[in-house]
Amino acid sequence: MNRDLEGLIADAYSGVESSLGRLMSLLENDESSVLPVLAGVPQRPGRSGKACRIGITGPPGSGKSTLIDRLIGVIRAQGLTVGVLCVDPSSPLTGGAVLGDRIRMERHYGDAGVFIRSMASRGSLGGVSRAVGAAVDLLDACGKDVVIVETVGVGQEGIEVTKLVDVTVLVLAPGWGDNLQSMKAGILEVADVVVINKADLGTGDLATVITEILALGQGKKKPLVVETQALNDVGIEELYGALERLREKRAASQDRAGGSRLLNNDGRDVVFRQPPS
Amino acid sequence: MGAPIRVLIAKPGLDGHDRGAITLAMGLRDEGMEVIYTGVRQSVDNIVRTCSQEDVDVLGLSLLSGGHNYYFPKILDLLKQNGLDHILVLAGGIIPDEDRQALKDKGIAEIFGPGSSISEIADFIRSHVKGGRP
Ligand SMILES: Nc1nc2c(ncn2[C@@H]2O[C@H](COP(=O)(O)OP(=O)(O)OP(=O)(O)O)[C@@H](O)[C@H]2O)c(=O)[nH]1
Ligand SMILES: [Mg+2]
Repeated sequence: MNRDLEGLIADAYSGVESSLGRLMSLLENDESSVLPVLAGVPQRPGRSGKACRIGITGPPGSGKSTLIDRLIGVIRAQGLTVGVLCVDPSSPLTGGAVLGDRIRMERHYGDAGVFIRSMASRGSLGGVSRAVGAAVDLLDACGKDVVIVETVGVGQEGIEVTKLVDVTVLVLAPGWGDNLQSMKAGILEVADVVVINKADLGTGDLATVITEILALGQGKKKPLVVETQALNDVGIEELYGALERLREKRAASQDRAGGSRLLNNDGRDVVFRQPPS
Repeated sequence: MGAPIRVLIAKPGLDGHDRGAITLAMGLRDEGMEVIYTGVRQSVDNIVRTCSQEDVDVLGLSLLSGGHNYYFPKILDLLKQNGLDHILVLAGGIIPDEDRQALKDKGIAEIFGPGSSISEIADFIRSHVKGGRP
């Protein structure tokens, strides 16, 4: 079993997508027997820890997948490769799911520099499934320059994805102002960037509410607020530029990006390994 | 309790109607499966590549506009070339009786016509997915 697994890892490292796909399933299905082997992945010499990790969260329908589609365009134009993990909710009743995010990224299906994997949340709360942390490490170890995670639409729940990524983007859309006010306090503060998407529909209510909420949290780190129109490809380069700058700052200050993410013993969460001092 | 069966529903060819494909996707979700839907007018290469990335157990091909004798064998060949011939391949849509056996001989596991019920398809999948999930 373990030798098979090591073969799969070697193949995935050399670019065999079906092996990478299978490893992701093993992470989802068979934690207890594969994690000991995959534990080596976050330390692949010369490679691990290099990817820029971006988390995209926000309420259902705010435009997360469309925004990712556009970000992929910008990233690929720079000659960088990208891995995308899209998490959609599992039905609590049947355990089934329709995983439909990738359809928004269909113009990249034929691009060898883009790997897209859909995952169901499988009962995890917090917007990502349990395997996502390890899957991010795997994409990083496979040499993806950028790894993007789309969470299930976030409402009241905390956003676990922030623990897995270097920068977190909260995508909101006009009409969400009222909901935002009733969301758990702090939802804005956990984001590094708040995107007001669908700005073509007018940003009035939402921009006002965001400004008000941020004004209340005095002294706390304030997220950058960026307007986009994902559908019309407006504001995307600016957004990516902001993400890159944030990430560089993080790396320089050894904040988060300096250490790599390891699965903890039960494989259910990630912990941050402190960068060697 | 095994892991959910993963199904890719893909529409090769030129027709742009996906009502049937979406109904099937939702039906199989309600049967407890994880269903990936990729949109209409997919190329053979992209369908097979999605099978790799998503590591599906089942590929459901839906085609209304004819062209099954062209697309289906190409897809089956490319799956094999990529070491993905463990995937159970099903076809749906309108396929003339005289073509059915040839397609099955090439590796289509079953063909479900317009009158098929979701539970019939789901039962077929459950009893034919090889070896279960890891
Ligand atoms: N008007 C307008 N519509 C947009 C924009 N961006 C996305 N949309 C539309 O919003 C709808 C939802 O977009 P998605 O990208 O699927 O949103 P999502 O947040 O990924 O949705 P879930 O994954 O279901 O939570 C689609 O119909 C998009 O075309 C935009 O900038 N302007
Ligand atoms: Mg989405």
